[in-house]
Amino acid sequence: MFKTKALTRLTSMGALIFWVVLAFSDITVLFADIKSLPSDVPQWLPQVMLDLFIISLFYYYKFKIERDESLNFTDLLWKVFATGLIATVISLAVRLLLFLLGSTPLPTNILFIDLVYQINLGLFINFLLAAYTSWKRLILYQKSKWLIRAWLAFELLLFCILVYDSIHIVVSSTLSNTAILLVSALGLILSFNMRWVAYLNFKQKWTSLLLLLLSIFYLVYFLYSVTILSDTVSQQSTAFIDFQSHVFSIALLAFVITYITFSFLVVLFNLPTSSVFEQKLEEVVSFQRISQSIQTEQNEESVYNILLESSVSAVFADAAWLEMKATDSEQKLYTHKISAQESKDIRAHLEKNKIKGALDQSSDKTKNLSRHLGSLKNSRFRSLLAFPIKVKEETIGTLALLKELPEGFNKEMTRIVSAFANQAGISIENFRLMEEAFQNARYKEELKIAKTVQQSLLPTKLETNLDFEISAFSASADEVGGDYYDTLRINEHEVALIIADVSGKGTTAAFHMSQMKGIFHSLAQQGPSPKDFMTKANKALVYCLERGSFISATYFVINTQTKKVHYSRAGHCPVLYHQAAKDQSVFLKDKGTALGMVRSLDYSNFVENQEIDYQPGDVMVLYTDGITEAKNGKGEEFGGERLAAALQDSAQKSSKEIEENLIKRLYEFSGTEDINDDYTSMTVKFQ
Amino acid sequence: MVHIKRLQEEGADIIVIIGEIDASSSIELDLAIAKSVGDGYRKILVDCNGLEYISSAGLGVFMSYIEELKDKKVYLVLFGLKERVLNTFSILGLADLLNIRETKSDAKKLADELSV
Repeated sequence: MFKTKALTRLTSMGALIFWVVLAFSDITVLFADIKSLPSDVPQWLPQVMLDLFIISLFYYYKFKIERDESLNFTDLLWKVFATGLIATVISLAVRLLLFLLGSTPLPTNILFIDLVYQINLGLFINFLLAAYTSWKRLILYQKSKWLIRAWLAFELLLFCILVYDSIHIVVSSTLSNTAILLVSALGLILSFNMRWVAYLNFKQKWTSLLLLLLSIFYLVYFLYSVTILSDTVSQQSTAFIDFQSHVFSIALLAFVITYITFSFLVVLFNLPTSSVFEQKLEEVVSFQRISQSIQTEQNEESVYNILLESSVSAVFADAAWLEMKATDSEQKLYTHKISAQESKDIRAHLEKNKIKGALDQSSDKTKNLSRHLGSLKNSRFRSLLAFPIKVKEETIGTLALLKELPEGFNKEMTRIVSAFANQAGISIENFRLMEEAFQNARYKEELKIAKTVQQSLLPTKLETNLDFEISAFSASADEVGGDYYDTLRINEHEVALIIADVSGKGTTAAFHMSQMKGIFHSLAQQGPSPKDFMTKANKALVYCLERGSFISATYFVINTQTKKVHYSRAGHCPVLYHQAAKDQSVFLKDKGTALGMVRSLDYSNFVENQEIDYQPGDVMVLYTDGITEAKNGKGEEFGGERLAAALQDSAQKSSKEIEENLIKRLYEFSGTEDINDDYTSMTVKFQ
Repeated sequence: MVHIKRLQEEGADIIVIIGEIDASSSIELDLAIAKSVGDGYRKILVDCNGLEYISSAGLGVFMSYIEELKDKKVYLVLFGLKERVLNTFSILGLADLLNIRETKSDAKKLADELSV
């Protein structure tokens, strides 16, 4: 940054010094010529100074304009215009001075005229170089390898001409002519690079036209004044070197004039099409808005509104509506400059006339629908264009665009709106996928909580007695189930046991499980008969469980005084009982309906009281269906027989060992640590 | 995965279930029964010959209709249950609450008798 600034200053200072030397050396040469005196300064000095002046200015603008990235097209034109303006103002000021001097001998003095000429020439060349640098940026706006090479060649040729000018040796006229021809051809070809014009909007084009026109005016003014002045001087002195013989200046001038004229004409003729370019740009922006609307945490509704807005502005529609499927039967309507009633009328009319095709994209659909609109009375619309909005191949809505003009939509419009509709479909699909992902994450979080709740509901310590020992095991699947077991001491001789399975999974299951725990702890301590317990529990649960949910349970009361087990089964898996005396394991299949199923009838008819006299060595295995329904790789279930066999093998061992054997067999059978359902078992061993 | 079809026969609506009914597919069963009831059938027969497995959620669907069907005097009869499936029904005690028959003709007969 600092370096650039220093370089600009250095080059501008250089240019100024070279110009001063140029002016005075030229005047000296001229003076010597007029007075026929031998000159103190060599004749070639002014020419060399001019070249150095040009080179300094060339670099000055290179740093000032070419390297400045912040300049846009109109800024570049403005720079040229501003340079021209300053140059012209200075030149006019000099003219004013000349005018004020009036009849004094000074204005007619050849040396003074030469000074004025040098001032004008300096300003002119300054202006030309500013223009030249700006043109370079405009031409090279969209670079290609070829273009850069052409420009380099052009610049190199110009430099050669400059050097040739100063050494002042005529090599051969053919060579110089060829060089001039080549430069002109290259300049002309380069002048055709006008791509920047397309990027201007309407307002910028007008500004450019004005700036270009004024710049042309300055060019003409300078050309005129410099020519007049140089003619005046050259008439009086032969030593004077006219700028017209300076090939470089002429080439530069020609190039600047060519490009400025071309630019002016191109901008002028592009004026009528600028609205099309602006329209295209707007379409791109709309497109971006539709596709980005999802990322900015907006909802589906805002996608619909953006789609409606963009489509209307893209095809200059007079009205539009968007009909989206909200649920299976309901439709949601978004309208733009049309009442819901009006759109309903049109739809009803189309339906009445059995016009199909409003939902498929056939190319001649515009015409078809428009024709049918004609037969609808009291409608201001004469053209209708309809597009389906699809998500995953399924049409979720229709976009309809209306115009008051007949045949108001062309193919181009159909294409762009179709693209909008597709993009909106993709956006909505993305949005839904994202929602789903959020839902899943939420669901997972919910499961985590449910699992914690479920675990906390299970007892950490089970009741024991001299007469029996209890072991319990519970492993839960990723998807939380609702297995529950618990024990409670009723009195000195009686202990209550429960095993239950809540239907359903997740939070609801955990919630129902906690209700079951509450019921167990409050009812069991009153010591009801198992059937009574079930009847009361059912009564309480019927009001808590929603339609379709139920709880299967078995409730036991072990009485160590009478050596009996009283129990009642409510839809739960039958108890597996091992009689030590007979050395056999049987399932106690008795009647009983799950809790929450019977609502209006008397539930006491659906459960029974059962009792067993237990002997030392007997074993009772309580379990949930997760165990019997556990599957192996072949899809077979673990089932009751395998369960009974597992018990039979280890019935003589302690409750803990019986349980460990059972679990081992179960995992061996399923062959995996991943379980689908909860495994819960409670083993009671009588002593 | 489950495949549910509905066909009409002599004024009765027959819901044919093929496959397994678990928590997610139970929704389809629920929908089928709801549609059948909504269509105004008073005799609904459920063909369980192709039913391989039913989870508690599936049972819950049948259960949830018991009261409603009673109020509307709609008679639902299940038939052709495989032993395993029937076992699930009876363990839960649903067999006492639902009408279950072995064959289609028995089921039809029961529905005819009930709806008289």
